[in-house]
Formats: sequence, C-alpha cells, structure tokens
Amino acid sequence: MQITLKLCNKTLIVKLIGELDHHEAEPTRMVIERTIAERDAKNLIFDFSDLSFMDSSGIGMIIGRYKLIHSLGGQVALVCTKPQTERLITMSGLKKLMTVYPGVENALRDLKEA
Amino acid sequence: MENKINLSFLSKSANEGFARAAVSAFVAQLDPTLEELADIKTAVSEAVTNAIVHGYGHGNGIVTISCALSLDKTVCLTISDAGRGIENIEQALEPMYTSAADDERSGMGFTVMETFMDSLVVQSEMDKGTTVIMTKQIGSDSTLS
Ligand SMILES: Nc1ncnc2c1ncn2[C@@H]1O[C@H](COP(=O)(O)OP(=O)(O)O)[C@@H](O)[C@H]1O
Ligand SMILES: [Mg+2]
Repeated sequence: MQITLKLCNKTLIVKLIGELDHHEAEPTRMVIERTIAERDAKNLIFDFSDLSFMDSSGIGMIIGRYKLIHSLGGQVALVCTKPQTERLITMSGLKKLMTVYPGVENALRDLKEA
Repeated sequence: MENKINLSFLSKSANEGFARAAVSAFVAQLDPTLEELADIKTAVSEAVTNAIVHGYGHGNGIVTISCALSLDKTVCLTISDAGRGIENIEQALEPMYTSAADDERSGMGFTVMETFMDSLVVQSEMDKGTTVIMTKQIGSDSTLS
C-alpha cells in the first residue's frame, strides 16, 4: 500500500492507495501517529478515494486514530467514493463519529469552518 | 460448473492479500459481479485474519482454505486453523465484540462475514482450532441492498 501525507494548516491529509487490511494497518498507524506528533496536526482526513480494498482491520485503525485526534480536541473526516468501502463504514457505525465526504476539498472546507 | 481448490499457507499477515487474490481468481470463472467478488474477498480477509490474529495469536501455524463451486453457482468457502479455539461462539459473533481491543480490532469481522455472504457457520473447539464455513450464491442478486 502507498501512503501520501499532506499537511494543510493544522489538518493532516492521509491518502491511502492500495489495500488496507490487517497486514497494512500497523505500518499505516505508525506513520500517522509519528506525523501527528512531529507536525502537531489537529485534524485528520483519510482519503480513501483510491483505496481498492478495506476490511474490518481498517475500521479498527480508523477508530484508533479517531480516539487520539478526539482526545486532542480535533476532528476526523473520511473521503470515500467506493461503494464497498462506504458499506463497511456505514455498517460499523463510523458515521456517528465522523463525516464522510465525496472529496478532500469538501472535508477541508468543513473543518476550516468548525 | 463444479470445481474445487485447497490452499494451505503459513499464518503470516503478508498472506492475507494472497488468500484474497487466490480465492478471487478462482471464483472469477463463475462470472461474478465486481460487488460479489468484493464481498467474497472481504469475507476471506476477515476469516484468514482471525485465524492469524486470534487462532494462532500471531504465532506460527497453518491456515487452510477450501473453496468449492457447485453447479448452481454457489461458492462454498471453508477456512480453518488449528489454533486456540473460541470459548463462546455466540459472544464472538456479536457485533463489536472483540477479545483483543488493545490490538485495534474493531470486533466487526464476523458481522462483515455474515452481511457479505449468504450463510456463515462457525465451528470451534478449545485448543483444537476453528473452522468457518461460508456460502454465497453468484448471480442471485441477493447482494443488492
Ligand atoms: N479463528 C479464531 N480463533 C480464535 N478466536 C477467534 C477466531 N476468530 C474469531 N475469534 C474470536 O472472536 C472474536 C470476534 O471476531 P471478529 O468479529 O472478527 O472481531 P475482531 O477480529 O475484530 O476481534 C475475536 O475477538 C476472537 O476472540
Ligand atoms: Mg476479526
């Protein structure tokens, strides 16, 4: 899996390309945690628009990062366009904790206004 | 078309992707929709991950998959480990239940398997291992939600 990180003001945008499963969840978690600490990020956007696969290990990884960001007073947003990923997100109740957007720009705009 | 494969591999997390890809390539001969294929891949990923993470507790063991295709286009997947076993299957099947919360497990694995497949049966014996049997009929439109 390929991870691209971008910081936009205080929001860290994490773009994941490939397959997010249990094997990939741990290295992904470590990169995100390190970057949040080093760059003092407040909010987090997961960009899943080029993610070809995700299972419940991905859900566990998202919830883990939500807990951290939430404890720092920030917000987490998801960008998702794939029906399969969206189904998993809905099923696991993530939408009660964070908003799903069709594009990164939409998510950034909302986080700025908050 | 009647057909069958058996796979066995070491309980290494790098094999999770291999298991999904192998089953998906085999099932492709039934001409499933992309959604049906994605459902099957996700269910395989959940069961194989459970064998590796919970069954063998990240230790060494063998995970086996058998995948059978029957004439009515039903895919039957049997995924087994010879690991720790499940003490309380009913509790394990509950959405959000996990015995490994500090491992960032979401407890949604069995719920995903149940939702994405037509049927799910879990057999387990303590210290003997766990077998998950799942079926899904291709072309039945049952995946339309
Ligand atoms: N193959 C297995 N061997 C032993 N225990 C298992 C196995 N599969 C599942 N379990 C048990 O069932 C629970 C629920 O599994 P699941 O729904 O996939 O959630 P998660 O994997 O996120 O914990 C696990 O936490 C574990 O206790
Ligand atoms: Mg699981």
